[in-house]
Amino acid sequence: MNFNATLIGQSITFIVFVWFCMKFIWPPVMNALETRKNKIADGLAAAERGKHEKELAEERAKDILREAKEQAGEIIGRADKRAAEIVDDAKGDARVEGDRLKTAAQAEIEQELNRVREELRGQVVSIALAGAGKVLEREIDEAAHGELLNKLAADI
Amino acid sequence: MASDTLTTSGYIKHHLTNLTYGRFPEGHEHAGHWGFAHSTEDAASMGFWAINVDSMLFSVGLGVLFLWLFRKAAKTATADTPPGWQNFVEWIVEFIDENVRGSFSGKNPLVAPLALTLFVWIFLMNVMDLIPVDWIPWAATLMGVGHLKVVSSTDPNVTFGLAIPVFILVLYYSVKMKGLGGFLGELAFHPFPKWMAPVNLILEGVTLIARPLSHSLRLFGNMYAGEMIFILIALMYGGGIVLGAFGGLLQLGWAIFHILIITLQAFIFMVLTIVYLDMACAKDH
Repeated sequence: MNFNATLIGQSITFIVFVWFCMKFIWPPVMNALETRKNKIADGLAAAERGKHEKELAEERAKDILREAKEQAGEIIGRADKRAAEIVDDAKGDARVEGDRLKTAAQAEIEQELNRVREELRGQVVSIALAGAGKVLEREIDEAAHGELLNKLAADI
Repeated sequence: MASDTLTTSGYIKHHLTNLTYGRFPEGHEHAGHWGFAHSTEDAASMGFWAINVDSMLFSVGLGVLFLWLFRKAAKTATADTPPGWQNFVEWIVEFIDENVRGSFSGKNPLVAPLALTLFVWIFLMNVMDLIPVDWIPWAATLMGVGHLKVVSSTDPNVTFGLAIPVFILVLYYSVKMKGLGGFLGELAFHPFPKWMAPVNLILEGVTLIARPLSHSLRLFGNMYAGEMIFILIALMYGGGIVLGAFGGLLQLGWAIFHILIITLQAFIFMVLTIVYLDMACAKDH
């Protein structure tokens, strides 16, 4: 154990090293650590905010969805009602149209019937006149009895 | 090995001798010349104005290595994801910072860097102890250097060189924070009432002086003893295959245990420094 100038040399070296460390090593490292700490804190706060916002958005989305569902239900109800109406209308129209067609067909049938009856009546008159003429031969004057016979035919 | 005839005590002595450079005294064969001491007696005879070249070389080298490595990380330090080395440096810096915050109550920009320097520097000097005791001295012998002590912290000059500046800092802060009167008052009026001031002065004076002594001798003693055990284990390699193999096992075991000691001693030195400075800066006792 010899004490010598190494003691002094060592002390000076030590002081220089500490000075260097204090000047050039400690501050930048601590600075980086501090900055990172703040950054992380900011990040966490932002994440928290984001989470909160997400919750709000979800809430809003739920509201909107519910509203949309309600609206859709209403629209479907209205549409159903309208469809029923349309079907009812169509049914009514069809019935009316059918009735109309039926009436027209009946009228036509009636008309045809009348025409045929008229024709038949004319022919009956002619046949009756011809028959009477043959039976009576001279007594019957076409002009004098024609009117009588036509009256007869109209009565048939 | 420096000597041609290898004896056990010669081997141990050889390993415990510093490479001292100084002026040979009167009565020596090289009287008046500057040169390297050949033995412990030579070194002692050189008086105070000699220097342990090996201690200075290794301590300064390791200190510069520490500063360079840490400066490298500090220069590129960013708040983004830290790359590997920066991460390691940050881990140590945070560890030191936590300790300083825990033990040092005041605010002082000097304490934390001081603690960091002490911890890493002493740790690096102690780590040299894990290198097998003969490697570096043997290489030095090949280059013509007779003695070489690799572990700087086994040189009391080095440990006192650390403890004394710390002690001066303690005195400086004591006087600065409490005033000269306050500091002396603390020494004189402390355990006993005022009329027993001389007794108090002796008691507190001894306490005060004991601090740097225990501070440095604790580190020196632990490292010196550890080194000594490594040397004794290394002696077993000369005793044949069986003893050599046993020695190898012992060295492995002791080295693993020593990893704990070197870290612990560096940590204790740092913590004591912080505590002493805290006591110096504390307003009331």
